[in-house]
Amino acid sequence: MPAHVPVFALVDCNNFYASCEKLFDPKLAGVPVVVLSNNDGCVVARSAEVKALGLPMGVPWFKIREQARQHGIVAFSSNYALYADMSNRVVEVLAQFSPDIEVYSIDESFLDLAGFEATGLADYGRQIRDRVQQWLGLTVCVGIAPTKTLAKLANHCAKKNLAGNHGVCDFTTLPAADQDVVFAAIDVSEVWGVGRKLTPRLHAMGITTVKALRDADAETLRSRFSVVLERTVHELRGTSCLSLEDITPDKQQIICSRSFGERIHDLENLQEAVSSHISRAAEKLRLQDSLAGAVTVCIRTSPFNPTGPCYQKAVTATLPEATADNRVLARSALRTLRQIYRPGLAYQKAGVMLSDIRPSRLQQASLFSDPGGNEGSKRLMHTLDCINARWGRGTLRLAAEGVDYGWQMKRGNLSPGYTTEWADLPVAKAR
Amino acid sequence: MLPHASVSSVFESLPDFYRPAFDAVACARPLDSGKVSAGFPSPAADYEDRRLDINTYLIRNPVSTFFFPVEGKSMEGAEIFDGDVLVVDRSILAQHGHIVVAFVNGERLVKRLYHRAGRVALEAENLAFPPIVIREGIDLTVWGVVIGKFKRLPA
Repeated sequence: MPAHVPVFALVDCNNFYASCEKLFDPKLAGVPVVVLSNNDGCVVARSAEVKALGLPMGVPWFKIREQARQHGIVAFSSNYALYADMSNRVVEVLAQFSPDIEVYSIDESFLDLAGFEATGLADYGRQIRDRVQQWLGLTVCVGIAPTKTLAKLANHCAKKNLAGNHGVCDFTTLPAADQDVVFAAIDVSEVWGVGRKLTPRLHAMGITTVKALRDADAETLRSRFSVVLERTVHELRGTSCLSLEDITPDKQQIICSRSFGERIHDLENLQEAVSSHISRAAEKLRLQDSLAGAVTVCIRTSPFNPTGPCYQKAVTATLPEATADNRVLARSALRTLRQIYRPGLAYQKAGVMLSDIRPSRLQQASLFSDPGGNEGSKRLMHTLDCINARWGRGTLRLAAEGVDYGWQMKRGNLSPGYTTEWADLPVAKAR
Repeated sequence: MLPHASVSSVFESLPDFYRPAFDAVACARPLDSGKVSAGFPSPAADYEDRRLDINTYLIRNPVSTFFFPVEGKSMEGAEIFDGDVLVVDRSILAQHGHIVVAFVNGERLVKRLYHRAGRVALEAENLAFPPIVIREGIDLTVWGVVIGKFKRLPA
């Protein structure tokens, strides 16, 4: 096979969050484990034991709490520091197997394997799987195919044991007849990019399986749905339309929002939350060396609260001059917040969004701007970022962010920062 | 002798005859390639090296390395003391004689791995602690190999 024929691998960690929790805690061997979303709301990850019990993904924790107790299920809050560190380690290991890698999500990466055919792609996939298992104690599945959409599907097959073996499925060597059988057995909803909305519409047209979608008329699908779905059909047929996105484009919007641990009523706490979100957003803004020209603030009460009144408001303020200065952004955000705040409501969430983002070298000075002052702001923010990078996020912050973070989310069952905090390292007993 | 040969021999006999090399590769030199100061140059300038980094001393493969603090006295014979922090590398295949972090029956332990003639055991390095023999029904996971340790002292 010539080297220019594209080959992709999708490497996906099995039950990633739950596996990270199990990796460091010997008491969890064989124990069903779930990981909950922010504020311990819904189940966002399940260990193999939980899947075997038939508990669905996304179910609210309070609804299954009793059932969980009966089965001895252990629930964890999301330990993002741990998952991020393990995820970065996985990517580092994967990078040893391909010069081109696209980190698609916290537990999925695409690898460009063009040129590795001589090694035997399935063998190569097994090497990847073995090394991640040995070095990091995490199990991955590998799907290999000539397009990204097919690689994703091959990964699904590897995970569900529909094709391939030992967690590796290589479509490039799977005979066409076998591929037909496999594709005819998988629901069309499993195809990358076919979402919950599209599935019923495709089913109504009689396109229920992957095979049916692959063999459908691409032109018709384009006119009835979108060019995106047409592209998906081509990808299913083996024509690569999507390449690796190895360079993340600078974000055009930066959003920071969190639900509160408990409902918030007073303006003061809301102000602290909004200021703190601004600081995080501004830090990201500076990281990509950009400025924001507009700040949006959004607050809302719980949409699921049957008793109290519902309220939701988002207002955008344009800045006279684009900036990346926490103080200027926070001033604008707090002014907006005071405008939209209604007393007597139980707020559940606040968020900010920075938009009209441009590279800092394209700064457009306003008529009254003071170029010297800009320099001072830049240096102050640089110092702030350096201090926080060295001593931890929030070490140096605006007074408006408050001191106790009383609004922060609830993470009642948070496991230790096994790999990120000296005080949390797992103890080995010499007994 | 032919006349032209005598001319060439004249050139050959000249000891130093330099001609410009028009096909030489251009070599750019920065205008400010080094600080020129009036004082005596540092006699150590040629011996400068990178400062020692304890990370590279203790860690071979950062991506597969994890830290575990020690609690207990059973490994003192191997100079592993209570409060030491172990450097554990998962990329090394555990073999007989390695000191390992292992999960046994819900516990995280540091022990020396014994694996000879079908006998698997975790041995202590302190006579007060008997070895744990891995028999049927005992779950053993060798988590990683201990390749170093470190500790801070109060000062």
